[in-house]
Amino acid sequence: MQAEISLAIILIVVLVADLVLKEPNHRALQTLSCGLLIVQMVLNIVPTSGEAFGGMYHSTPMASVVKTILTMGTLLVFMQADTWLSRKDTRFKAGEFYLLTLSTLLGMYYMVSAGNFLLFYVGLELASIPMACLVAFDKFRHHSAEAGAKFILNAMFSSGLMLYGLSLIYGTCGTMYFDDIVTIISGTPLQIMAMVFFFAGLGFKISLVPFHMWTPDTYQGAPTAVSAYLSVISKGAAAFALMSILLKVFAPMVASWEVMLGIVIVITITIANIFALLQKDLKRFMAYSSISQAGYIMLAVMGASAQGMASLVYYVVVYIVANLAVFGVINTIEQNNDGTVDRDSYNGLYKTNPKLTFVMTLALFSLAGIPPFAGFFSKFFVFASAFHGGHWLVVFLALVNTIISLFYYLLIVKAMYITPNDNPLPTFKSSALTRASLFICLLGVILLGICSSVYQVLTNTALL
Amino acid sequence: MEVEIHVIHYLIISTVMMFCGIYGFFTRKNLLALLISVELILNATNINFAVFNRYLFPGQLEGHFFSLFGIAIAAAETAVAIAIIINVYRNIKQVLTDDITDLKG
Repeated sequence: MQAEISLAIILIVVLVADLVLKEPNHRALQTLSCGLLIVQMVLNIVPTSGEAFGGMYHSTPMASVVKTILTMGTLLVFMQADTWLSRKDTRFKAGEFYLLTLSTLLGMYYMVSAGNFLLFYVGLELASIPMACLVAFDKFRHHSAEAGAKFILNAMFSSGLMLYGLSLIYGTCGTMYFDDIVTIISGTPLQIMAMVFFFAGLGFKISLVPFHMWTPDTYQGAPTAVSAYLSVISKGAAAFALMSILLKVFAPMVASWEVMLGIVIVITITIANIFALLQKDLKRFMAYSSISQAGYIMLAVMGASAQGMASLVYYVVVYIVANLAVFGVINTIEQNNDGTVDRDSYNGLYKTNPKLTFVMTLALFSLAGIPPFAGFFSKFFVFASAFHGGHWLVVFLALVNTIISLFYYLLIVKAMYITPNDNPLPTFKSSALTRASLFICLLGVILLGICSSVYQVLTNTALL
Repeated sequence: MEVEIHVIHYLIISTVMMFCGIYGFFTRKNLLALLISVELILNATNINFAVFNRYLFPGQLEGHFFSLFGIAIAAAETAVAIAIIINVYRNIKQVLTDDITDLKG
């Protein structure tokens, strides 16, 4: 419970500071919330396990590690939101941004360490309701409102489906505790239907095809910092929660969900790749890229083992740093050049902003899975764990798809380095915090792959 | 003649509500109608929880609690959704799905 309690205290401190500090207080609030998040990370760096609420809350060491990772990602997003929150039209509500983000983070904490479906559901909603407010944060930009409407309606619909599945599970098992359900559940047709409904509900959150329709619209319309948060933190937490529930609760039904998951993964990766090829808007492009990455993350679940768990968390870490680097660059360029997010406007960026181009290139290489960057190793471990589970056909199809993804990631690199442009974007200097966050992401992209101890530590934690 | 009401009767109602909600969500054009459809789905699940608890597991209260939490959270979600829909209306003076199609591709 320690992590949740300290995060709740941070939330209250930020709320009070927002009330007390005189406007304009966005700088002070940013320093405060970044500092407090660092404290939070340091306090919870040692993986712990614990129980509370009579077993409703059940935290494992792995969940504890995931919480630290999510906190780190949130910290990076806070640092990147710097320029956007200093603008005149947003600075007066900077406090709300930090508050809402922290409360979604608290919801994800509960979600990943739930031991009962009730607490899981409450955590999931705590993570998704403030998220809708964040998506619709730019009040006077109608794209933001449109994205917010699409997000909240889809989130409600998906949680409705999930709840229906849960009610069927309750009807057949008579309990909502994970540990009790697993002893009773046996794979009757009604339970399979319940599992499918539950999977559909969470599939919306992770944006697997065919539940992905909201993703591109929401990512494009939302403020870029929020899209970044949505694409890595929210998705990582939901993926980990789905994996732990499939392994913990639906373990006796592994034969039924493995087939379904395999089909969904292949469709997800293929369709997202095909649509990503067609995108001109970079935020929309990153949305499709994140859908296909979600497919790869789910590939780790196919392993259904401690190794799969470790490779999922490793994939999420690598994905967080690489994706946040790309979104950080997009955000910087958008804020400094009147909101340009078209791929064509990146033509010839190398001449004017070589450092940004370098960060973006390495991050894209990592997302595509080119060695020696971290993305290669994370993909390798995910493939290996699925292969150990005996799903060589799914692994093969996913492997073919990485080649397609390589093509569209390199399209951006080509635009930045090779495509000639007489009027490239002007040279500019981004804020210190943004540069720091990009630097951390860059270090992560390079070092996480080379330091094999990271994966080793995760495997050891997963076996605890 | 007295008709006894069993679990199955409640379940028929809740299933019909559930699928009416899904049908409405996919076919209606007004954002508020979509919201109502989603509420149908959520209320169908609440009925399910209450009925399962009352008839199948009368000794415990878990299902009733789940219904209560479901109602409270659905209210919070609706509040946020309506706020966002009002914001959409303020921006484009429309709440029909045909008119909020700027983001596509």
